[in-house]
Amino acid sequence: MTYKMLDGNGAAVEAMKLARVKVVSAYPITPQSSIAEKLSELVAKGELDAEYIRVESEHTAMSAAAAAQLTGVRAATATSSVGLALMSEVVGLAAGCRVPIVMPVVNRALVAPWSLWCDHSDAMSVRDSGWLQFYCQNVQDVLDLMIMAYKIAEHEKVLLPAMVCLDGFFLSHSMQKVEVYDQKLVDQFIGEYIPKNTYLNTEDPMFICDLTPPEDFTELKYQQKVAMDNAVDVIAEVQDEFYRIFGRKSSIIEEYMTEDADAVLVALGSMSGTAKHVANEMRKRGLRVGVLKIVVYRPFPFKQIREALKAKKVVGVFDRSAGLGAQGGPVWTEVCAALRGLDIDIRGYVGGLGGRDVPETTIEKIFNELLDIYKGKRILHTNWIDVKDNAMEIREVLKVV
Amino acid sequence: MYKINAESKGLVSHGVSACAGCALELIFRNVLDVLGEDTIIVIPPGCSALFSGYGKETAVKIPGAQMTLEATAACCTGIKRGLLAQGNTHTTVLGFAGDGGTVDIGLQSLSGMMERMEKVIYVCYDNEAYMNTGIQGSSSTPLGASTTTTPAGKPTKRKDLVGIAAAHDIPYAATASVAYLTDLRKKVKKAKETDGPSLLHIHAPCPTGWRYDPAKTIEIARAAVETGCWILCEFENGKWVINKPLKELKPVGAYLKAQGRFNNLKEHDIAQLQIQVRDHYARFIEKAKLN
Ligand SMILES: Cc1ncc(C[n+]2csc(CCOP(=O)(O)OP(=O)(O)O)c2C)c(N)n1
Ligand code: SF4
Ligand SMILES: [Mg+2]
Repeated sequence: MTYKMLDGNGAAVEAMKLARVKVVSAYPITPQSSIAEKLSELVAKGELDAEYIRVESEHTAMSAAAAAQLTGVRAATATSSVGLALMSEVVGLAAGCRVPIVMPVVNRALVAPWSLWCDHSDAMSVRDSGWLQFYCQNVQDVLDLMIMAYKIAEHEKVLLPAMVCLDGFFLSHSMQKVEVYDQKLVDQFIGEYIPKNTYLNTEDPMFICDLTPPEDFTELKYQQKVAMDNAVDVIAEVQDEFYRIFGRKSSIIEEYMTEDADAVLVALGSMSGTAKHVANEMRKRGLRVGVLKIVVYRPFPFKQIREALKAKKVVGVFDRSAGLGAQGGPVWTEVCAALRGLDIDIRGYVGGLGGRDVPETTIEKIFNELLDIYKGKRILHTNWIDVKDNAMEIREVLKVV
Repeated sequence: MYKINAESKGLVSHGVSACAGCALELIFRNVLDVLGEDTIIVIPPGCSALFSGYGKETAVKIPGAQMTLEATAACCTGIKRGLLAQGNTHTTVLGFAGDGGTVDIGLQSLSGMMERMEKVIYVCYDNEAYMNTGIQGSSSTPLGASTTTTPAGKPTKRKDLVGIAAAHDIPYAATASVAYLTDLRKKVKKAKETDGPSLLHIHAPCPTGWRYDPAKTIEIARAAVETGCWILCEFENGKWVINKPLKELKPVGAYLKAQGRFNNLKEHDIAQLQIQVRDHYARFIEKAKLN
């Protein structure tokens, strides 16, 4: 076994290298930049046998990567925040053209105002674009989920692109000890890249993505929907195979001390690690709390979540994006849909925006509220869990009333 | 006349849905004919997407993709690098985009492609407006031309696309016209042989958008060259060449009056335009002399 000290971005690069990507096109943006830099360094040193395209924007980064992959090679790109927003037109195009590209998204808040720091508003803004989405809890997850993502995305029953989301700075720049796998084993696991649906080859010409009449458009979308449905089983199979070969367990959702819990918090990303830690601590004090971590957000694991939570009375959901104008954050909304018809009190929490840490105290406050609701001691909950009391005073110009 | 259901001779099917008298169609057929089957094409939305096809049908026999309006050059880059990564150095990669998709929304990705010196052929057919969306003005719409977003005539001059390409110092850039097909085909061949990016800016009279008799496309195209409204030139390895230097420019009046889009011009506007065209031509000659 080989261990390396890697940060999240380093682990993403390691995975791309192990997947033998042949074309790289990436554009710098904090906190993703070190992925672009590291890949160009590997190509320059000859440690990665790939074409490096120094593109002039994220829109081009995704366009070039998707087009390159259509010629029959794995292509790589990565982005964050406004970079993802800029490429979003092509994000949809890559999915619709059924290009199974794998992209790390280093989560960072969308503007405005400017923030360099983590929340999930970037990845959430493209959650319905036809990409698989995985969320990492730690740096090992980045490597593991990236490697699995190639195999899942390229599976002939799926053929959908995949985003592996890692929290900006909390994971991208945090050094952890990571087990790095043997190239031969990864080669066997992922296999050579063989384009299976759409491709550009002068010996077997096809025209991709022409204007499609209403008679066919619905069916092509339906094919993407079926691919998403298929992905559920494929993900489970691939996770099993990954465990057999590499010895690391992974699952679509992780149920952490939920079985007898009076209150469960649904979380995703790096904060789920904190939530599990807080659950441990509170358990020591006899408080029955648990965590449901969402690893795969697309396809949304509604069946697994319903099965895991069907007997609960109180569930909290932590959204790391604001869901402006909606009744709650996107994760809460979807958990509600998954649990509809059941007699469960589902409370949505928004927090950790624009790099605000989600410390143990925040999580503990949520658990305490949920337990109070469970005991009937409390009716209201703190929707925006970490907002300051003087929120309406902090900028003169934004002051309403 | 070809029978529509007969096997087409070239790389483009016989029946396509371009308007009668469309110069873009002539350009498309000729470009593909010169480049041959070992070519991959990227087409953005716009009138050239009529060749991408509709539903199950496509009009081209080579592989291709209709990507986004602004990323033709980016997609060509990706395809070229993907091929290179697999050791394929022979396949030609062609971007075929309109003026809007090139000089407006696609200029950034084109600039990137040229700066990186990607070996891609980029053809911009210029019908001088956004035709496919209903004749809106682009930055290639000439001074004075009326479009649905410049109803009183465009108040500013057009962008100089080959000048922009030359500023990137790419090995080959040229303009061409359907009135001079031999010259056009020769330039496509040169582009194919260029080791690095090449850009062809081809004038594409459009009877629908310019409002003239579809039978007159070639006449209009020739008149544009003879009046100096469209200059046939090449920028090759840092040197400018004017292909058909004109001793005397024909007056612009007849060219403008043949097209409905210039209907609103008064005599003094035409006189102003005449001065502008002559000045532009003279400056171009001077630039070519500086080689
Ligand atoms: C991002 C984006 N914005 C707008 C459009 C709408 N659109 C489709 S074709 C077109 C006009 C393109 O004009 P041009 O490139 O000159 O081609 P032409 O139609 O004139 O042949 C526009 C604006 C689009 N497809 N994508
Ligand atoms: S609108 Fe103009 S460019 Fe478009 S197909 Fe018709 S004639 Fe050709
Ligand atoms: Mg146009």
